[in-house]
Amino acid sequence: MIDKQLSSPAEAVADVFDGATVMIGGFGEAGSPIELIHALIDQGSTGLTVVNNNTGSGEVGLAALIQAGRVAKMICSYPRTTNSTVFPKLYHAGDIELELVPQGTLAERIRAGGAGIPAFYTPTSLGTPLGEGKEVRAIDGREYVLEYALTADFALIKGRAADRHGNVVFNKTARNFAPIMAMAGRTTVVQAAAVLDPGEIDPEVVVTPGIFVQRVVHVPNPAHESDLVAKGVTYP
Amino acid sequence: MSETLEQHGWSRDQMAQRVAQDIPDGSYVNLGIGIPEKVAMYVPEGREFIYHTENGLLGMGPSPPEGGGEPELINAGKRRVTALPGASYFHHADSFSMIRGGHLDLCVLGALQVAQNGDLANWSTGGPGAIPAVGGAMDLVAGVKSIFVVTQHCTKDGTPKLVERCTYPLTGLGIVNRIYTDLAVIEVTPDGFRLVELAPGVDFDTVAERTGAPLLQVSETK
Repeated sequence: MIDKQLSSPAEAVADVFDGATVMIGGFGEAGSPIELIHALIDQGSTGLTVVNNNTGSGEVGLAALIQAGRVAKMICSYPRTTNSTVFPKLYHAGDIELELVPQGTLAERIRAGGAGIPAFYTPTSLGTPLGEGKEVRAIDGREYVLEYALTADFALIKGRAADRHGNVVFNKTARNFAPIMAMAGRTTVVQAAAVLDPGEIDPEVVVTPGIFVQRVVHVPNPAHESDLVAKGVTYP
Repeated sequence: MSETLEQHGWSRDQMAQRVAQDIPDGSYVNLGIGIPEKVAMYVPEGREFIYHTENGLLGMGPSPPEGGGEPELINAGKRRVTALPGASYFHHADSFSMIRGGHLDLCVLGALQVAQNGDLANWSTGGPGAIPAVGGAMDLVAGVKSIFVVTQHCTKDGTPKLVERCTYPLTGLGIVNRIYTDLAVIEVTPDGFRLVELAPGVDFDTVAERTGAPLLQVSETK
């Protein structure tokens, strides 16, 4: 029987290793798998390369992982956000590396990684500092920049519901990067507010098919970053 | 709140309202952060626009009442919004396929500088110590059919934002179609900046003086 459900976030991230590349779903707080990130902080792996659109806020979730010194490099499109103080501090001190990627290029690099496409040409960033040094090719009279795919050792995402086969549905704009990160992660872990039996999610509405998901963890009442930040919570 | 030195001219809300008048019925529109967000408040009678926010929502509605809404229904500025009947959610690769694939009709953005050839700088001042952050701006200007810029005509210290050549890091090359400022509506043509319309109480010479590149008069055949 296929049963991808594990008992806890700790069990689901137990084998993340030093130097791993970890994609973490979420756009700001929407879709941020805070419980998985906190389990990763407890787990202790370090020298991580993290792919996320932002760098977290306050001192919980992704910001707490960065604060704990576990992240060697961030690959993101927008490292500044309201209440985002941890990343700027480390960045100015030279303690964390940043690869800045236009948001759509970031998404497409992740999608390509999951789809077996090693690189692609895009019009985005042509003639700008973010296109500098990259191969440019003219196709049908327009110039494009070559961008390479991104894959990851682990992808940590958050769903509204999943079944034990790993089929996932999401909540509103919390979907964002999760479906493509699930494709690009060699081991994809979903924390789901509800874990259902196969068949309980209508096949017509499954967003991420279970083939892209290796581990499912039930997190019934996931925290929201803004609530934790407003309460002054820090982690650990 | 208007910060301009002018006795006349458009306020931020009037600038947004002026932009809205130029958006055709049925357009799919992406609004940037700041004054562009206000455009949604001034949809002319009888027209319907569908708003796209790049974090995965088409059919975005107004902000919920203060203290309302939900943390997982937000816009690209990470503020809480609503979804209108007929809305759809999608992942980031689909969202940027809409953008890069030329499916959106119009994007309204803010600017640090716009050059007379349509180059735009709006993501970084390039200053030392500044943390670079680009978001979706470069994808939007590379793929959306029309790019409108809405901005104060000059910075707070009076420096023109419409220039011969951008000195800040570029967002995209030759992509701006129209500029809406507190003083005027200006279009970018192969010959450079050309006036479309003056704000009330503002004359051509005032606008030309505060523009950092030659300004052509309104086309007489307009």
